[in-house]
Amino acid sequence: METSQHWRLRKQRYALVGEVCPHCESKIFPPRDICPDCGEDAREMYQFSGRGEVYSHTTVYQAPSGHAENVPYPVAIVRLEEGPLVTAQLTDVGDQPIEIGTPVEMVTRKLGADGERGMLVYGYKFRPALVER
Amino acid sequence: MTKKPDAVVVAGVGMMPVGEHWDLSLRQLALEAISAARLDSGGLRPQALYVANMLSPALSGQSHLGPLLADFAGMRGVEASTIEASGASGGVAVRQAYLALMSGAIDVALVLGVEKVTDKGSSQVQAALATATDAEYEAVQGVTPSTQAALLMQRYFYEYGPPEDSLAGFSITAHLNAVTNPDAMFRKAIRREQYASAPIVSEPLNTFDVAPLADGAAALVLARAAALPDGQEYPQVEIVGSATATSALALHDRPDPLDLTAAAQSAQTALMQAELSPEDIGLFELHDSFSIFAALSLEAAGFAERGKGWKLAQNGDISLTGHIPIGTFGGSKARGDPGGATGIYQLVEASRQLQGRANENQVPDAATAMTQCLGGSGATASTHILRRVT
Repeated sequence: METSQHWRLRKQRYALVGEVCPHCESKIFPPRDICPDCGEDAREMYQFSGRGEVYSHTTVYQAPSGHAENVPYPVAIVRLEEGPLVTAQLTDVGDQPIEIGTPVEMVTRKLGADGERGMLVYGYKFRPALVER
Repeated sequence: MTKKPDAVVVAGVGMMPVGEHWDLSLRQLALEAISAARLDSGGLRPQALYVANMLSPALSGQSHLGPLLADFAGMRGVEASTIEASGASGGVAVRQAYLALMSGAIDVALVLGVEKVTDKGSSQVQAALATATDAEYEAVQGVTPSTQAALLMQRYFYEYGPPEDSLAGFSITAHLNAVTNPDAMFRKAIRREQYASAPIVSEPLNTFDVAPLADGAAALVLARAAALPDGQEYPQVEIVGSATATSALALHDRPDPLDLTAAAQSAQTALMQAELSPEDIGLFELHDSFSIFAALSLEAAGFAERGKGWKLAQNGDISLTGHIPIGTFGGSKARGDPGGATGIYQLVEASRQLQGRANENQVPDAATAMTQCLGGSGATASTHILRRVT
């Protein structure tokens, strides 16, 4: 992906900004402008809390180019507390066992680089929640 | 059964073994399959070429395969174009040919599936495969199709709680069927203990859950029945159902990722067209690029209840003599995974079954077959139903 492609996604990537449907109040992430639940226009921005729990998880050992230096890395689908699912790497896991249902929270981390001297790409990852809720 | 002049029939099939073809380029692989299918059809002249391919632009630096392959195969001038729908490219290409034939615009079509992947290293192949996920929200996180399959498998085990090695049967059956297929990539039976001790690819996915992606090419000559010369050597096979459906591209955009809605929808539509129900289907060439998809596809197409697809792999139901044989020549797991060409291999193999030329892999009395290929972990699904006519 190119610089402009990443730049366009800065609100989603750095602040987990999605949308809320003015018709059925569904919370939407990633933003998609048409509500997947009721099919109406949904362009109102919505700031997600960043809290959720693990819906499913795995570890990647055979990475695509651009991620090879990070293997092994954990990847999860997270159920955000507002409803949507989001795919993201897990980070700061340490020795904690990750299970389906483990509470997690969004943090900003380096996702990768466009080549050795290329742009660094930052975005959301999720870590085990620091404070039990 | 009477011959319908406007029916679309399989007039010829051809394929290359899936494998590491170091000595053959993409166009040479394509030519081999095209030549075999045209010969098998008794020399019918195709009026259009549909090329199913997903990776050539990324791995061979070559797009615009239509004219390249039509010209290289001696068909310069015919209408020709590429159909890309990730792993479902083959089924979607057959669907396009079927529509053109049913419309009456053409009488004979050639559908080719071709994939050349072994020229590049693993990380490049993984990156190319990852372009079939959502680039902005999945691939950027280092997700590949293997990752998606692992995430689905993990969730499947959590929701339904089957035994740890419950998917082993899919891999074991695939390898067993491939033993007697001289064109298969892995012609060696495996044991349950081998599955249990296989190296992990991406928890809980192990080596035996993953089909080996390799080079391949397969071709079909499809024709309107009226265009066929009399005196065909083999029983006629008619396409009686054809449907493609889509779901969200990203797994996280699907309300229930374990529900392959595109697979279910395309299977239901194809069955309705054929006026058949799942019990009428004699064999099912499904898309076992990962073993979890065998379970999910059996559930989506109506052969098993939700969460119970794995049970069909426990006691011989999916074997050649079982009530719903799958991957009858080894499937993607053991015949080899030809990427976007998968759907063409499936139709070639299903046709051979219905024509009674499956040799040692023959499903007894096979009269109807379903084929279904998936693209992007089920974002696209294309289903066809074939029936033996004569």
